[in-house]
Amino acid sequence: MKYSAGYGGDPAIRWTEWLPWIGALAVFFVLPEYLLFGARILTYILFALSLDLVLGYAGIVTLGHSAFFGLGAYTAGILAARLGLHDPVVLLVAAAVAAAALGVATGAVILRTRGLTQLMLTLAIAAVCLEIANKATPVTGGADGLSGVTIAPILGLFRFDLFGRTAYLWCLVMLFGVWWLVRRLIYSPFGAGLTGIRENTVRMHAIGAPVYRRLLTVYTLAATIAGIAGALLTQTNQFVGLNVLGFEPSGELVVMLVLGGVGRLYGAFVGPLVYLIAQDVLAKQFPQYWYLGIGLILVLVVLFARGGLLGIADALAARGRRRLAT
Amino acid sequence: MTVALETRGLCKSFGALTVADRVDLRLEAGIRHALIGPNGAGKTTLVNMITGRLAPSAGQILLGGEDVTRLSQAARVKRGLGRTFQINTLFRDMTVLDNVALGVAERDGIGGRLWRPATAHARVRAEALDLLATFDLTDDAGRRVLDLPYGKQRLVEIAIALGLRPSVLLLDEPAAGVPSLESHRILECLEQLPASIAILIIEHDMDLVFRFAQRITVLVQGEVLCEGAPAEIADDPRVRRVYLGERHG
Repeated sequence: MKYSAGYGGDPAIRWTEWLPWIGALAVFFVLPEYLLFGARILTYILFALSLDLVLGYAGIVTLGHSAFFGLGAYTAGILAARLGLHDPVVLLVAAAVAAAALGVATGAVILRTRGLTQLMLTLAIAAVCLEIANKATPVTGGADGLSGVTIAPILGLFRFDLFGRTAYLWCLVMLFGVWWLVRRLIYSPFGAGLTGIRENTVRMHAIGAPVYRRLLTVYTLAATIAGIAGALLTQTNQFVGLNVLGFEPSGELVVMLVLGGVGRLYGAFVGPLVYLIAQDVLAKQFPQYWYLGIGLILVLVVLFARGGLLGIADALAARGRRRLAT
Repeated sequence: MTVALETRGLCKSFGALTVADRVDLRLEAGIRHALIGPNGAGKTTLVNMITGRLAPSAGQILLGGEDVTRLSQAARVKRGLGRTFQINTLFRDMTVLDNVALGVAERDGIGGRLWRPATAHARVRAEALDLLATFDLTDDAGRRVLDLPYGKQRLVEIAIALGLRPSVLLLDEPAAGVPSLESHRILECLEQLPASIAILIIEHDMDLVFRFAQRITVLVQGEVLCEGAPAEIADDPRVRRVYLGERHG
């Protein structure tokens, strides 16, 4: 059973929940040559976490989540490259505010719709954002991307280095903070209500819940987190390209989350990790056919493990417990 | 006597099809009132209009004397309107406890709180457990609703509605689809509901209706055919005609 929060759930952090953080810290010391790649994975975990809030917990189906990620990335990039704002904390805050504003503005419209209409609207919003970034060449760099992004040391102390050490730890700290907040939210009455909306909107209306307001709140929050993830990507790469916007990154993110397991919190950790490592390994081995490998993994997961990789792990653990009991 | 719920000239049309035609209904505080009628009479449509799921084409809905016709569903619930559904409308993948606790939390304005864990709101949990105890569902509190027998799921529907502490409760076929053995249990539970709540019950099980209701309204093709005490309704030839056909009238 994937739903374990609510009024009967135990909100205490279990020991297994510390494993990702221990693993992430171990990577810092054991695999120093992969820290830039690691920072990218952490950024996508943050991005997937924000999608899990809207898709997994609130049941809002979206193919336009990259709009917030891209806006966050471009906000940080434009402020740094064009307006001389280089402080990473200020850039993160600015990206978060911009993404939140877009979240509340677009959410106010799309959350009044449902199903296919909602899906198409989210897609349209991402497409419009991509076209704006593409056409506004003097500001965004257009198809050539936005270069000349320089980031000042964090708190004036920690300089972003070539090997990605600072970027990795910076992304890890941000991810930890957001994970902690999201976890609190999931275990709160608000989180239980979100699951209620996903499970049965009609019933939520019947118990007097302000469904639209709740959805708008979580959508804006998720947009804010996606914006922070986008800004982190800019700070790590010191470059912004059009590939942060549009259908492709949105769709890719949904694939990552489905792969890990939707509505499980840690599916957002497992999905991007497996997807990006598989992409990296397969792209090196089979430069022309690597997407086929990703596709096969996804087909297998959808056919045999509807709960994603974590669903498989849950099923195996349950089977093990039953064997032990008998 | 205080009027808990009133509809005045309530109409609903879908294009050329009229499903509610100038329906006047009055529920006094604490009354047990049944709404009966053949399939397609517009009973559920009427309930959906009263709760705000459907907007009426014309007419007024008054709750405790206040016009709520233009208010949202949530606003009506806050003013004391609770309901159950004809087909189970539960949070199927959530526990029985959470199903009831969500309603209690919304009633108390806790449902939107973001910071403290849900379990920290011990009063919500305790009240939900008390309600479950009323319906002999304590042992099922930690089970998924999906895994409960249908009859128990119907009881969870009623428990959720009671958690809202309604002054008016609309029960849409509470015994629908329940085996006769379990429907007695539902009737027992209905008879134990607080006397202060005005109850409007829609039901096809006439034994249940005549045992439970103090007043009965008969709805036919969207119009009120007649209203009265159970004995009056049972003796009304028009009602017999509607239920048994022309020959028996």
